[in-house]
Amino acid sequence: MIEIKNLHKSYKMGSNSLHVLKGINFSVEEGELVAIMGSSGSGKSTLLNILGMLDELDEGSYTLDGVPIKNLNETKAAQYRNKFLGFIFQSFNLINYKTAAENVALPLYYQKVGRKERHEKALKYLERVGLKEWATHLPSELSGGQKQRVAIARAMAAEPKVLLADEPTGALDSKTSYEVMDLIQKINDAGNTILIVTHEPDIADMCKRIVHLKDGVIVEDKKIEQVRASQYV
Amino acid sequence: MWLFDRDLWSEVFSTLTKNMLRTVLTTLGVIFAIIILILLLGSATGMINGFDRIFAGKASNSLFVWGQETSMPYKGFERGRPVEYEMDDITMLSKRVEEVDVISPRIELGGFQQAVVVKREGRTSGSRVFGDFSTIDLVNKKKIVEGRFINLNDVNNGKKVCVIGLETYELLFDKGISAIGKDISINNIYFTVIGVYEKSGDFDFDGENSVIIPFTTFQRSFNSGERVGWMAILIKPEYPVAQAEAKIKELLKVKYDIHPDDNRAIGSFDFSQIFTAISAFTMVLQGFAFFVGIFTMLAGVIAVSNILLITVKERTKEIGVRRALGATPKVIKRQIILESIVLTVVAGAVGFIIAVGFLYILNVQTASNTDVPFVNPTVSMTQILVSFTLMTLLSILIGLIPARRAVRIKPIEALRED
Ligand SMILES: Nc1ncnc2c1ncn2[C@@H]1O[C@H](COP(=O)(O)OP(=O)(O)O)[C@@H](O)[C@H]1O
Ligand SMILES: [Mg+2]
Repeated sequence: MIEIKNLHKSYKMGSNSLHVLKGINFSVEEGELVAIMGSSGSGKSTLLNILGMLDELDEGSYTLDGVPIKNLNETKAAQYRNKFLGFIFQSFNLINYKTAAENVALPLYYQKVGRKERHEKALKYLERVGLKEWATHLPSELSGGQKQRVAIARAMAAEPKVLLADEPTGALDSKTSYEVMDLIQKINDAGNTILIVTHEPDIADMCKRIVHLKDGVIVEDKKIEQVRASQYV
Repeated sequence: MWLFDRDLWSEVFSTLTKNMLRTVLTTLGVIFAIIILILLLGSATGMINGFDRIFAGKASNSLFVWGQETSMPYKGFERGRPVEYEMDDITMLSKRVEEVDVISPRIELGGFQQAVVVKREGRTSGSRVFGDFSTIDLVNKKKIVEGRFINLNDVNNGKKVCVIGLETYELLFDKGISAIGKDISINNIYFTVIGVYEKSGDFDFDGENSVIIPFTTFQRSFNSGERVGWMAILIKPEYPVAQAEAKIKELLKVKYDIHPDDNRAIGSFDFSQIFTAISAFTMVLQGFAFFVGIFTMLAGVIAVSNILLITVKERTKEIGVRRALGATPKVIKRQIILESIVLTVVAGAVGFIIAVGFLYILNVQTASNTDVPFVNPTVSMTQILVSFTLMTLLSILIGLIPARRAVRIKPIEALRED
């Protein structure tokens, strides 16, 4: 599903440059649930952003679902993101003047899906995250956990190949975090490929594989026995 | 066609209605601009109409020529000699000045100790009396309120008929009695009234207390012979009146032995100068209206653009999210520009309605006042279309600034957690 070879990335800061990713080799199969771990500043977000086509790599290659990702212009990148990827952010990033259903429907709008179908799909995914009754509510009327569930529904609405989550539980208390992880595990059970950036070991343990980043290289990449979040909720 | 994309419109309206107060404030500049523009254009039209009222019925390419007294001695003649024209001159000028279309000679009764008494059943009116050709109507059209004006037949047959002014009618007749077919006497000679006229504009040499009779009748009745008092001359529209005026004067000077440099001997009035001055004035007025209007509009639209720029900055994160979810730069750009257009056009429409209300009030206020040249201030459909087209184009152009800013937002920067 994802294939990365010898990935390098540096940021230019004035005259000197910061080498953040120093030769990453990494692949993800369909249906995996991968945690990307590492201390703050180790380059986790940078890697996820490159995977999400939000940022460009300097060196190396990236193939997503058999499609080589390189030299994309803004329009193409937007289209690929829409088609291949679903994003879940630490701070949810819902549009505050749109209802839950409208937020979920937004990626479908950019896919030029018709109005009615969009609404039906949005309701379907809200139902999957257990928030169907909240469809007409604004984000301000939802709790943190509910917001993240709406965000997850939004990420899934366009039926992407891969879900990318950057610290999805970073802004949530642990009980709510487990609820969200429970949802993510269920989505993964249904066959979706998911990558989660986290620095919390308990969250990482709920994935099926942990990739450890340190100083811009992968220092550890292991499959683990998944801890089910449902036992904590 | 993206213009008919209902979702795009609802996106635009939801962002615009999100901060209603700001949206309204944003549009004030444009509302103000369109009010100024429409008021100025309407006022310009009002003034044009006002001038039209003053000069109604006057041919713009006309010239009046009359005789005065010489002011220089010439060929043995002393200065101070009166200049008087004859019917011959009409033929001569018509033949030799190609610019001339029609010459309508006219003669007035009176002067030289000769009294003028216009009477009917013991009442006198003190009217002036003119002998005219029917062609005078081509130069200075009279508004006929009853009956008709003198025609060629009257002139050719020297009929003893007359057309009287409204004031003359009021002085000689009882209210409600038709003057048509009744006789009035001019210096004891009877004429049958065939028409009553009213001034067609505020500006009229003859006034409304005048009696007009056929030129030939005048000659016969008052023994004026071949004398001509003054000439109303219509110049062919393709020629400048001033050019014809110079030629006519030159010929008359030669004929009457007037010193070529004597500028007082021949009196003349070039009517076209007034019209040229007025149309130049109104053109400047309209130009000024558009100029001021466009610049206030520009200022208004720039204000819209500025606010949109601020909202774009505020919405950096939102736009970043949209980009991450698959919005292409084109879609983002389109939305911002449409916001600019909608704000501007809605504001323009509001301003337009307010301005038209103002014009209506202005019209009512000035309708009763005939002293100022201001009648029916309106804006034409063309002016409205041009204004709105210009405004929309401006809003698109200026909307490009915030739109480009929005497109430059990189989703990664917008989404950075900090
Ligand atoms: N756009 C950028 N410009 C400059 N430096 C950056 C930029 N983005 C990230 N960095 C730097 O790269 C390093 C890795 O950042 P990041 O991938 O966000 O780390 P993590 O998510 O693991 O905490 C950090 O030192 C950060 O300061
Ligand atoms: Mg990070």
